[in-house]
Amino acid sequence: MRALRIIVCIKQVPHPDEAKVDPATGLVIREGVPMVLNPNDYFTIEEALRLKEAMGGEVVAITMGPPTAEAVLREAISLGVDDGVLLCHRAFAGADTLATAYALARGIESLGGYDLILTGSRSTDGETGQVGPQIAELLGIPHLTELIRPIEVEGDHLLAWHQTDYGQELLQMPLPALLTVAKGMNEPRLPSLRGKMRAKKQTIPIWGPQEIKAEPDRIGLAGSPTRMLETALPERKSGSKMLEGSMAHQVDALLDHLADMLPGKAGGRR
Amino acid sequence: MREVWIYAESEGERLHPVVGELLGEGRRLAERLGGSLGAVLASPHGSLAEELALFADRVYVVQDPRPYTDEWQSQALIRLIEDRRPEILLFGGTRRGKSLAPRVAARLGTGLIADCTSLRIDEDGLLLAELPTFGGRLLTTIACPSHRPQMATLALGAFAPGPKGAGGEIIDCPWAIPGPGTMKVLGQEPLPVDSRPLRGAEIVIAGGRGLGSRANFALLEEVARLLGAAVGASRGAVDAGWMDPEGLIGQTGAIVRPRLYIACGISGATQHVVGMQRAEVIVAVNKDPKAPIFDLATYGIVGDCRQFLLELKGRLALPGAVDEKNEGQDD
Repeated sequence: MRALRIIVCIKQVPHPDEAKVDPATGLVIREGVPMVLNPNDYFTIEEALRLKEAMGGEVVAITMGPPTAEAVLREAISLGVDDGVLLCHRAFAGADTLATAYALARGIESLGGYDLILTGSRSTDGETGQVGPQIAELLGIPHLTELIRPIEVEGDHLLAWHQTDYGQELLQMPLPALLTVAKGMNEPRLPSLRGKMRAKKQTIPIWGPQEIKAEPDRIGLAGSPTRMLETALPERKSGSKMLEGSMAHQVDALLDHLADMLPGKAGGRR
Repeated sequence: MREVWIYAESEGERLHPVVGELLGEGRRLAERLGGSLGAVLASPHGSLAEELALFADRVYVVQDPRPYTDEWQSQALIRLIEDRRPEILLFGGTRRGKSLAPRVAARLGTGLIADCTSLRIDEDGLLLAELPTFGGRLLTTIACPSHRPQMATLALGAFAPGPKGAGGEIIDCPWAIPGPGTMKVLGQEPLPVDSRPLRGAEIVIAGGRGLGSRANFALLEEVARLLGAAVGASRGAVDAGWMDPEGLIGQTGAIVRPRLYIACGISGATQHVVGMQRAEVIVAVNKDPKAPIFDLATYGIVGDCRQFLLELKGRLALPGAVDEKNEGQDD
């Protein structure tokens, strides 16, 4: 059995229920919105810790973000992750998925060797699911998306079941590899008291472009091929008819309105 | 000549239904650009090219007996793109599209825009892609001004299929077949066949977080059976584990156009709305009178979803009929 060095890529996101847009200006309101660990990442961390416990080795968490993103690294450490590193520098700002993947790939290479990289299958804010496969391509390693069962490592290979559009598929791939972890594939643990203590004390290195030897034109806005041109508030058609009265009455009225759409006895009750 | 390409996803001897949408939208964009439409088929079944040639001007075929892996297909695509330099490359927003496209984009160092719901070409010939962002609270337009190809994944069901073309040329590209890879497919378990698929359903009833419990979602499924409706869900219900991700309706799930859509306990974030706003009649039930779903509902009911479902169930059951499970029991 080999010990594994596992890198988990995590992300701090606005609380999914609290993100707001100013209806007058169409701008995203960031003030006062609590920032949390991307919900998908709990499953990623759990799978990494399970593997480490089964095979030995260590788990290192990496994230890119503002200084406050350190909080999600400390949370990961409280759950049992050994170390965390934060990519944080003005030059990283404005990155699209490619520039983000490039910075994370450089950061991962700067951590030394690795056997396995795990990411969430998507974040609740960007929701593109692109960064994982892009990191893999930039590092020149294979990947799979939406891991749904625990990984089995056999020598220099791993076996993994993942969700596809057509069912579930078992893949064999060589290490190192990158896998994106589907939400709900395991039961994430809670932080331990000891973990919380350690998370408080742990030193978290903060790396900029120099520490990861990043090419300046491949990070941040400069390294982003895509450009956001404009934002608009979604148009909503109106003209709704609100039904009234008791629920029984409303359901009766609804079925009358829908008489010609429903099968058989449901419509046209009168 | 500038080419718009689409990736023709296939499994076994069938093209994925999204390919029809890609061909339709690809044709529209190609006409706006004054270019032509190309389809890329990487599959063991080269015969699928004939079907594609009814719609595309050129079909690039990489026939390889290997089952799909991101590894060999991304390598084949990159070889084709570097040789032919298409202007635009579109993928369906399937799991496969969203796994393959980022690899290809990263290798080429170009931009990839995810889950687009609308595409247009500006006066300079630039592709402008619109998509809901921030959980659907905003519509954002994104472009890739100076890198080629301009790449996008399209939200499933958001685009209309197009008419047949004049008959396209099939171009066999054996030179694009990559060498042996490192990934192996060892096993597959197909999805159970869904008796009432969302796509093409006349009636869809969907539940959200506002249903409050798994039991209430089960009640919704029961009502769906009585209605002959397909069951869908918003992100909230999928995240709560009440529904498989296959039932997700919205930008990152399925986009449906039923005659009747009944939304129970769904607040109406744009992420969900883009998946159902084209329904002919929309019924919304929500206990929050300010829920945005009411803005687009044809009929709105403010109230408790469980109560609504129980009332509806009571009326849909045949008069005098006894629920099989409750046979012999008195109310």
